Amino acid sequence: MTSPAGTTPSGGRPPAEQGVIYDIGYRNYTGPRLGRRHTTRALLVESLRGAYGLGRSTRSKVFPMILFAIMCAPAVVIVAVVNATHAHTLPLAYPSYFTQLQVVAAIYVAAQAPQTVSRDLRFHTMPLYLSRPLRRNDYVLAKFAAMTGAMLVLLAAPLVILYAGALLARLPLWEQTRGLLQGLAGAALLALILAGIGLVIAALTPRRGLGVAAIVTVLLVAVAVAGAVQGIAHTQGNDTLAGYGGLLAPFTLVDGVQVWLFGTTTNAVAGPPGTTGGLVFALVSLAVVAGSYGLLLLRYRKVSVS
Amino acid sequence: MAAVAVIATSALTMRFGHVTALDGLTVDLPTGVTGLIGANGAGKSTLIKILLGLLPASSGRAEVLGLDVGTAGSQIRERVGYMPEHDCLPPDVTATELVAHLARMSGLPATAARERTADTLRHVGLYEERYRPIGGYSTGMKQRVKLAQALVHDPALVLLDEPTNGLDPAGREDMLGLVRRIGTDFGISVLVTSHLLGEVERVCDHVVVIDAGVLLSSSATADVTAVSGALTVEVTERASDLAALLQRGGVRVRPADPHAVGTGAAPAPERAAGALTVLEVELRDETTYDLVRDAVADLGVGLVRMQRRRHRIADLFAGEPESPA
Repeated sequence: MTSPAGTTPSGGRPPAEQGVIYDIGYRNYTGPRLGRRHTTRALLVESLRGAYGLGRSTRSKVFPMILFAIMCAPAVVIVAVVNATHAHTLPLAYPSYFTQLQVVAAIYVAAQAPQTVSRDLRFHTMPLYLSRPLRRNDYVLAKFAAMTGAMLVLLAAPLVILYAGALLARLPLWEQTRGLLQGLAGAALLALILAGIGLVIAALTPRRGLGVAAIVTVLLVAVAVAGAVQGIAHTQGNDTLAGYGGLLAPFTLVDGVQVWLFGTTTNAVAGPPGTTGGLVFALVSLAVVAGSYGLLLLRYRKVSVS
Repeated sequence: MAAVAVIATSALTMRFGHVTALDGLTVDLPTGVTGLIGANGAGKSTLIKILLGLLPASSGRAEVLGLDVGTAGSQIRERVGYMPEHDCLPPDVTATELVAHLARMSGLPATAARERTADTLRHVGLYEERYRPIGGYSTGMKQRVKLAQALVHDPALVLLDEPTNGLDPAGREDMLGLVRRIGTDFGISVLVTSHLLGEVERVCDHVVVIDAGVLLSSSATADVTAVSGALTVEVTERASDLAALLQRGGVRVRPADPHAVGTGAAPAPERAAGALTVLEVELRDETTYDLVRDAVADLGVGLVRMQRRRHRIADLFAGEPESPA
């Protein structure tokens, strides 16, 4: 391979200018190696992006993005109407928003929780994680936080749209800000609960379709059962039972906590009965979150390296 | 052996209920490329899990890079790469995305992870295809991705579990060549497992054989080769007569196992089944070649080949070469 430009060392141009790629050989890495906190955060960010299909194929972006759009659409319509009609209040309170769109939230967690965890189980990718400094508990923490974050984005985005629209319509600032904060607190709790339930079910099966079906079924059946119990108790005049019936579904559960904490009006048939009821709702919420996190830790203790 | 031990175990025992996967394994492995040989179920994968600090041993001790596996698992895994035996790649991401992500999981900052990913994929021989989803890759390409993710954080040691599994002969050669390069050019110590004895000896500096969790042997391949040489002699006919003639000349001869002849070419079935045509001749010195030449000429048979070969791992089991009966 003699080049026509002259072969003597003095007359030849430097090899790089001739467009020849030389194998520069193996180079050692001498830079920093960051600790487990960094890797956990990196996994969290990657999983959170993955829950919206970012950094994945176009096909995996479609579904979460459509759901995100559906979730935000009513908020956009409300904002447009309020601004056009110069209304003095929002027709929908911030803490009530998720109740109206609970089916969308349920479908989102059903679709994306398996995407977040069963993918690594199905394709046996776990050994690649476990053979790295990250520990099993770090993996669970990152995935739980990522799924919660993804849910929070879904639940909080329409509230932020409502808030921006309300300010644009010059609605009272303090009242709107308080409403938004209450709504965000409820959204955060609901995000934790839905992420927990969704991940526990998804982590049980490496098969994605099964996970999706199982989560949708569990959530919608819970909503139906809670609604039925509350409805029957209410018609029979037992409002205490009607109130506690709300414990059976995540959406009415969070609604009850909001009623107790912020004094909002309930969106369910009946709110939690009294302070005791409110306390019970709050404790059950915490138990669901802690319980699902504990179950996930147990589940991943059993995941094998090969 | 002056080399520093990258892996050292002492009386390492692992029991699962009534099953003993590792039974008092005591072995020191030097830097360089080490082959870990054993049949399926011999305890190779169990040993790897213990070395990664992911499985607490029932008793005994193990150190990797001078770190105790029981207490410094995270630190070990930061400096060790692991290539699992089975398929472990998600099909919906590209090799670049996956390897860069796993580099970050090993603690590399984002920019360094991207640079190392590009470098490492090039070193294992993945070029344009690295921007395509892994689902469309051939087995050979997938094995390269698995190898790249084990190397991307520049470990001091890589544990390769059956890297040639599922590859065709050309793919095996490529993979073994890569394993050798990792040890020599990259300066990374390698522990490579295999159940194929003849396969790894060519690329290993050191070979450890375990069976049913018990150490059978641990020795440098150079030692083995130096102790005795052997000559494979294949003739068209009358191999028994040739053997007799050579033995009279003072060298030891035995019939060679036609399946173990390391030429890569499959032995012709009728020959393998029928008359003896391949002999293994002890190579004492240069005069052995002349002896074979003269003997073949005296008998007037055709000499198909005469080939110097390294001692095979199989001989470690067989012990002393025996004279033909």
